[in-house]
Formats: sequence, structure tokens, C-alpha cells
Amino acid sequence: MFEEIGTTSNGDLQINVGPQHPATHGVLHLVLTLNGETIKKVEPHLGYIHRSIEKMCESLSYRQFIYVTSRMDYLSAHMNNHACALCVEKGMQIEVPERAQVIRVIMDELTRIASHELWWGAMAMDIGAFTPFFHSFREREKINEIMEETCGARLTMNYYVPGGLMADLHPDFQKKVKEFIIQFKQRIDEYDQLVTGNIIFQNRMKGVGILSKEDAVSYGCTGPTARGSGLSSDIRKLYPYAVYGKVEFEEILETGCDSFARYMVRIREMKQSIRIIEQLIDQIPEGDFQAKTKAVLKLPKGEFYTRVETARGELGVYIVSEGATTPYRIKFRSPGFSNLSALDSMARGSKLGDLVAMMGTLDLVIPDIDR
Amino acid sequence: MFLIKYIKEVFGAIRSLLVGMRLTGYYFTHHKEIITEQYPDNRDTLKLADRFKGEVVMPHDEKNEHRCTGCTACELACPNGTIKVVTKFDITPEGKKKKAIDKLVYHLELCTMCNLCIVACPSDAIVMAPTFEHSVFDRSALTKILNKPDSKIMEGVE
Repeated sequence: MFEEIGTTSNGDLQINVGPQHPATHGVLHLVLTLNGETIKKVEPHLGYIHRSIEKMCESLSYRQFIYVTSRMDYLSAHMNNHACALCVEKGMQIEVPERAQVIRVIMDELTRIASHELWWGAMAMDIGAFTPFFHSFREREKINEIMEETCGARLTMNYYVPGGLMADLHPDFQKKVKEFIIQFKQRIDEYDQLVTGNIIFQNRMKGVGILSKEDAVSYGCTGPTARGSGLSSDIRKLYPYAVYGKVEFEEILETGCDSFARYMVRIREMKQSIRIIEQLIDQIPEGDFQAKTKAVLKLPKGEFYTRVETARGELGVYIVSEGATTPYRIKFRSPGFSNLSALDSMARGSKLGDLVAMMGTLDLVIPDIDR
Repeated sequence: MFLIKYIKEVFGAIRSLLVGMRLTGYYFTHHKEIITEQYPDNRDTLKLADRFKGEVVMPHDEKNEHRCTGCTACELACPNGTIKVVTKFDITPEGKKKKAIDKLVYHLELCTMCNLCIVACPSDAIVMAPTFEHSVFDRSALTKILNKPDSKIMEGVE
């Protein structure tokens, strides 16, 4: 006769997860169709934190628009700024000094570690372990202090400008980074003792949230999400930018295709980031930190596309220029959007309790998905 | 054979839990390194980084003089319309007209601390101050006039 509220015509239950839900880490709204406890369909509803950053950028000049992109994926703000700076530099054909390039790579990798640290803590908290959150934030605080000293801010730094960097390094930078590396190498083994080897954690993660390599390709997954399925997608290796072509590091690939594989990719990636920083921290060349640029930047008429590897995957910046001081159109290809779209195929057929663990391994940052 | 495998798994599982518990226990008993900041109580000793971007200020020297020429470079560089420069014309002792600032209005509520105005300023008239306690009861208190009353431009700054 009457359909019950929240049920579909064939008796399936429909429930909302979010937009205010502690496990979604932001304002993500998922509409789940459940048969008993089994997930039949996951429908993400977006738009709760849409700020029309792409449209805002159209009214800002090429120096001004970079700061807005820190607010997209606020955990990898440096990498977002890097992508935009690279795109403007490509259009203007600006040669970035070697010193600026090396510092950019060090900053990017520090940000990557900080982002993975936060993910590790938040992910363990989703599973039910509360202490790892404090362990990870203890190390992340060190990185934030390094950032605060050099860039003047902890999250939304706006340190990269077209042509180089906004300011030179703080005199204590190298010393503090070396201290951090020594400390972090011991602490990352503690992470393995605390969480990775834990039997409860492994049972929650192994064989859960299977994303096959074919699905990863068809959904356009990038970053650790794709590499957990054995899909090679590291922009740093495939299309090297800055000085990534000169440093030695491995592209982490896991073939497990499950939540645990994606977890291990990020843990191992942190060790590779440390390896990159160790190679560069003593080799920062002397020289200018900023190339000489014109007072007003005007990109020539045309289309420019650059991409970088953020902590979540591939970020592409596409600028269409009409030759004016402001871009005609800007499009950001964000990693979070494509990774979230794979959630439906991952979650189908699994239990409701595993959904939060799957979302945790996707490392979602909602402002990055909505922009 | 099945039973041996089963028992091994059980002991492995217990071991994995104990390894984690040992670490937690270590930190529970060895709390040497306290990293928590007791914020409102440590105001006197709290020191932020020199470059910390808290708000835009205009430094004045002891003669109540600043370095701002009113060139509006900061106003043009700002992405949010945070800064508004109101200029006037001073009459110099030689009887010439000279451009000077009447007011440099700064809207803290619109500012995102992106540092672009500081970089754009050709005479280093404005700097970022390492302050962060900006909460007020009325929003209008966030709109500030950066130059002090009756302040003048420093000699030699063009």
C-alpha cells in the first residue's frame, strides 16, 4: 500500500550517510541502498562545499589565482600551488632557477608526508583505533612547524609564485628537516607495530573493497588508490617535473587491489618521500630563489595543461588564455573526484560496516572533490 | 594439521595485539616529551615564527612616520579587495603638491593572509605581524586604518 519512508519499491532500505557524519571527514553525502546489511548501491551526492573556485579564478590575475588553489586540497596545498605555478611558467616560458626547483620538491615531499600522516591517523580512527591519531599528529606538528617558519602559514601557505618562490628558506630549515628525518624514521616503524601488524586491523582491511585494475583504469583513479591495484600512475615517474627526474625513488606498486594494498602503498610512499628529501636536503644549490618576471603576467593565446602528483593522485591544471591578464577558463582535474567515483564498484556486495574502512583508504578530501 | 595451524594463528594474533599494547604502554609510562601547548595559560611564553602571517600592519617609527607613498600597488595585488588606499594631496614647504595617503583601510575580515600585498609593496611600508587573536564582538572592529593619526611619510621614501 504505502511505501515505508526510506525504502524502495522492492523492500530495500535507503539510508543517508552524511553530510554531517563523523566518518566522512567533511560534508560528503552518501545515499546507500541496502539489502539487509549488504550494500547494493552507493550514490555520492556532491556540492555541499562547492565554492566555484574555477569561476573565481577567471576574475583573478595569474599571480593572484594561485592562493585560491590552496583551499582545494588543503592537505597538499604546496602541490596544488606547484601545478598552477608550473602551468603559468609553461605559458610564459619562464625558466625557474635550480634552487627554487629543489626547494619545491623538498616542500612537496614534506607536504606529502604530512598528508599521509593525517590520513593514517584518521583512517585508524575510522577503524576504531583512537591512539594512532595522536601519534601521527605528533610528527605532523613537526612538519607544520617547519612550514610555519619558512612559509608563514601551517596549511594554506601560498609559497610558490610563477617563476620561483615567494621568499627564501629560513636559516634553520635544513637543520630542522634533518632532525625531523632522524625522528621520523624511528616513528614509522612504530606505526607498523601499532597498526599494520595488528590482527584486527588486517582482518578489517584484507580482501575488503576490491578495486580491480580494469576498474581503476575505467574510473580514472590515480595516486595511491590506483597504485594499490597495480596501476602505474605516478606522475613524478611518468612525466617528471621540477627535479624529480634527477632523484632516485621507487614508484610503489601493490597488487592486492584491496584496502590493505592501498594502505601499504601510502605507508611505503612515506619512506620514499624521506628518501627523496635525504638526497636533496644537502644539495640545495646556491642562487636566486625567484626568476625575474614581468610586473604583469600575460599568457599568450592558447591552451596550457600541466599535472603534478599530489598526495591523493594526479592534479591537472588546464588554462585557456585569450592573451589577457586573467585566464579565459581554468579547469582543475582533481584526484579526489575520480577516486570517489570508484567507491560504488568497490562497495557493492560488501557489508555496511566495511564502507567506512573503504572510504578511509580512498583518502577523500571533500573540498578537493567539490572545488 | 589443521589444529596446529589454527593454534599458530591464534598465538600470532595475540602476539600482534601485544606488540601494539607494549608500545602504548611505553608511551603511557614514558611521558617525558610533552607536546601539548597549554594555550591560554602560556600566552607570555608563546612565540610564533617571525614570518607567521597573522595580519597586515604598517610599522611607524618614533617620530610617527611611515613608509607608505600611496602608490596602490598593494590594492592592485590583493585578490579579495582587502586593502583600499585613500590618497590626498599635501602642500610641501616649496608650495608644490605632493601625493600622500589619507587612509590605508584594511579589511581583516576579507583577508586570506596570502602575502601578495607585502611582496608587491615597493617601499616595504606594510609587513605581516605574527598575531592571531583577532576575535571581536562587532564585525566593524575588523576594518582597520593602518596609518596612525597625523602620521607622515618618512623622509627619503619615494
